[in-house]
Amino acid sequence: MSDMMEIQTPLFEGQLICLASIDHDNDPEIESQWTHDSEFMRMLYTEPMRPLSPTQVKKKYEAIEKDLKESQNLFHFTIRARLDDRLLGFASLYWIEWTNGAGMLKLGIGNRTDRGHGFGSEALRMMLRYAFTEINLHRLGVTIPEYNPVAQHIFAKAGFVEEVRRRQAINRDGQRWDLIHVGILREEWLARLA
Amino acid sequence: MNNELLTGDLVRLTAEDPQIIAETFSRWGRDSEYTRLLDNDPARLSSITKTKEWIKKVAEKEQILETFFLVRSLEGNPLIGFVGLFGIQWNYGDAWVGIGIGDRQYWGKGYGTDTMRVILRYAFTEMNLQRITLGVFEYNPRAIRSYEKAGFKVEGILRQYLHREGRYWDEIMMGILREEWMENEK
Repeated sequence: MSDMMEIQTPLFEGQLICLASIDHDNDPEIESQWTHDSEFMRMLYTEPMRPLSPTQVKKKYEAIEKDLKESQNLFHFTIRARLDDRLLGFASLYWIEWTNGAGMLKLGIGNRTDRGHGFGSEALRMMLRYAFTEINLHRLGVTIPEYNPVAQHIFAKAGFVEEVRRRQAINRDGQRWDLIHVGILREEWLARLA
Repeated sequence: MNNELLTGDLVRLTAEDPQIIAETFSRWGRDSEYTRLLDNDPARLSSITKTKEWIKKVAEKEQILETFFLVRSLEGNPLIGFVGLFGIQWNYGDAWVGIGIGDRQYWGKGYGTDTMRVILRYAFTEMNLQRITLGVFEYNPRAIRSYEKAGFKVEGILRQYLHREGRYWDEIMMGILREEWMENEK
């Protein structure tokens, strides 16, 4: 890890994955399939789950690009396999408050068969590096539903600590669940690299 | 049945025209202590015209105005603040509350707490929400006490969330559940 703070270290290239931009021609078809997986959608979003057609995904991408240009408080990447550039997922930094140096992170690996191979963990490491050394945030937050212990584990392993539990903020399958906020400070991230 | 749903002991909630909201907000916004207690954006000045545009563009589009009220003191009827429910997630009955007493003559005298009691009653008995969330800053102990009096509990702390006056400050997250509110009302 000692080479982490060198200017030559690639920001967008890891061992297994790359961070890349959206491929407007080919990605919508693939992400549309992910949105039909209610498990994926419920783990990632608190909004009511609904599938999106490729055209709707395309519209979503256009809205993201517009937001990227206008709001100045969003960074959005696709996660692609290093080997063949295949779309694996996405990662974004959003709700960035420049004066406070605060931001939120969302990250998802779309296909069930692509999970558990370390793609998400590597993407998370790269997003942290990007957030703290390139756009110089002071802290990063993530919200995770109580019913997603896998995500809780992944973010804990990367150094995030639980900060808030919004009690019973989610209701799914007739049960109420907490919405957990985890966070990491820049200095905590730096201390882990040493 | 309570047919004085929008009236508390000290205040009442009202709907006002954009011109009045814009004039009032523009005036209150000149008090930087108020705006720094209110939210995490940099303190900024906003003309009446610009505030009116904001109301038209943002507030109407995001349907903020449907659950947004101005607050008037029952004594003499002056405008003293605002309160609103935002980010309503109907599928779970979760919403955020935002509150500001813009006229500093009314700080520390129970007007904010009374306003919060009225909006909670509206949220739980008229809108039938399940829980209400809010964020408050470490340097605002008066607000924290007021929210506790209204029944909110601390649910956690977003560490070093704000950067002001050369140092970092925590944002404290608070919440109240419908059941807790009902229990308090007994």
